[in-house]
Amino acid sequence: MIPLLGITTQALFAQLLVGLINGAFYALLSLGLAVIFGMLNIVNFAHGALYMMGAFFAWFLLNTLHIGYWPALLLAPLGVAIFGMIVERTMLTRLQGLDHIYGLLLTFGLALIIQGLFQNYFGSSGQPYPVPDLLKGGANLGFMYLPNYRAWTIAFSLAVCLLTWFAIEKTRLGAVLRAATENPQLTRAFGVNVPRLITLTYGFGVGLAALAGVLAAPIYQVRPLMGADLIVVVFAVVVIGGMGSIMGSIVTGFALGLIEGLTKVFYPQAANTVVFVVMALVLLVKPAGLFGRKA
Amino acid sequence: MTDIAPRAPAPHASAPSAKTSTELLAIAGLALALAAAPLAAYPFFLAQALCLALFACAFNLLVGFGGLLSFGHAMFYGSASYVAAHAAKVWGLPPEAAILAGTLGAGLLGLASGALSIRSQGIYFSMITLALAQLVYFIALQSPYTHGEDGVQAVPRGKLFGLIDLSNDVTLYYVVLAIFLFGLFSIYRIVHSPFGTVLKAIRENETRAISLGYRVDQYKLAAFVLSATLAGLAGATKAIVAQSATLTDVHWTTSGEVILMTLVGGMGTMVGPVFGAFIILAMQNYLSTFGQWVMVIQGAIFVISVLSFRRGLIGEISNRFKISL
Repeated sequence: MIPLLGITTQALFAQLLVGLINGAFYALLSLGLAVIFGMLNIVNFAHGALYMMGAFFAWFLLNTLHIGYWPALLLAPLGVAIFGMIVERTMLTRLQGLDHIYGLLLTFGLALIIQGLFQNYFGSSGQPYPVPDLLKGGANLGFMYLPNYRAWTIAFSLAVCLLTWFAIEKTRLGAVLRAATENPQLTRAFGVNVPRLITLTYGFGVGLAALAGVLAAPIYQVRPLMGADLIVVVFAVVVIGGMGSIMGSIVTGFALGLIEGLTKVFYPQAANTVVFVVMALVLLVKPAGLFGRKA
Repeated sequence: MTDIAPRAPAPHASAPSAKTSTELLAIAGLALALAAAPLAAYPFFLAQALCLALFACAFNLLVGFGGLLSFGHAMFYGSASYVAAHAAKVWGLPPEAAILAGTLGAGLLGLASGALSIRSQGIYFSMITLALAQLVYFIALQSPYTHGEDGVQAVPRGKLFGLIDLSNDVTLYYVVLAIFLFGLFSIYRIVHSPFGTVLKAIRENETRAISLGYRVDQYKLAAFVLSATLAGLAGATKAIVAQSATLTDVHWTTSGEVILMTLVGGMGTMVGPVFGAFIILAMQNYLSTFGQWVMVIQGAIFVISVLSFRRGLIGEISNRFKISL
């Protein structure tokens, strides 16, 4: 054990690991927000509530239908995505052409409804969700103990993020998507069904949030308000990164998770606030965010 | 950019005096009704409601006339409440000085947070104000002066100017009513001043306002600071009324509630937020035994208002009868 500035490397790496895991969730959520904002021009305030729904979906599957973690990893995002697409078709689509703030207000209302309903049935306490058998235990790396599930969470979310980046930036479908973001009218003129593309995009962004929820279920407890606290931090992450770039939101997400982890080691009092302080500093230097273009 | 408070074009655009006089009449009618209100409801409840109503009016100054949706206005309301409570309890200041201290504190906070957020457009502005408010919330949670989850309790009401004893609820109510009317009338004067006209021009078409030579950022910052200061006045008064300052006042749910009040009453109307505040408070009171259903119903009101009731109650009336309220 080599102490560094009075802190053992053990504690340092443990907090960095927690930071990376939080960063993975920030990245998944801000990625979904960026994709949705690009297509719908809506900042999805319900993102945190849908993340929570993803976790509860997995919990329900396990406790009522005895369907385990691995199928839930696919089924929960799918279920929440379908719910999201219904919301998009019935409500969000009616806000087209209105000021951006109405989208924010509508999704804020949705978040209140969803969180209120879950709180009615589950109170504020958490429901435990077991780590899947395959990922129990951990590896001793010499300088720290690495639980398998946490390693899996980081690796899997990173893979999902990079895959999304690849799909949007490098494939034909992504090219159509970017075209529809840039100029929906012209893209429609080329025979692309843009309204359907918008619905699917919302479903995909929301599905990413639900996926983060399933990944989080075994680490944190499944609570009705687990997303409410997270979404504000994710908003700050989005402001820091700027919503213009997919890679930007991934990098910013992980980086801020790490910064938060480091703060927990060296100055724990500021762990909750460091992301917001970083946001204020970034805004002083670059009002459009690190990777953003000036609106 | 579409406009934020959809309103039909005024039928007599050449007669602005008719427009302002109906607003003044509405304020006067409201003042009379509120002066008689203690006959019908508990003065303590009314005093609390007036604080929230002033908060909503201050918020409306920014969103309704400046087109800026702040999602963090609880930071001004809550921090002013803490400062006033601390000033009255720990420093032993009389209520008028405590309220003044809280109001000024919120104004300074508005200057700092406004300088950071005002340069960003639209939706970014909302997210930045929300994040800054969360920063203030965590500071309030950890600071030794705020007593964390307990909040500042048993704040003395004291004697106003050393003469008027505020421990009587009815006396207190009329003092709060005076503060409220001062706030509302200030907003009326701000909106109808040349400054307010430029502000509305920026809301309608910012690029054009810039090309006309207005320093848009300075106007927006001034509106932000004014709104923050008045929200602070509401929060500081609330600390004296409720004799406490708690974490709830600075939490994002309070920021959400003030948006809901303004939306329901009518963004961009003069008296709409007052009605919105009373409607939402009455609803919370009647439904208080139903636990989290209040949250669900508030969310549903948000959704319904945004989908089919964007003008709000007073906005609909003013649109129907072609008068400005």
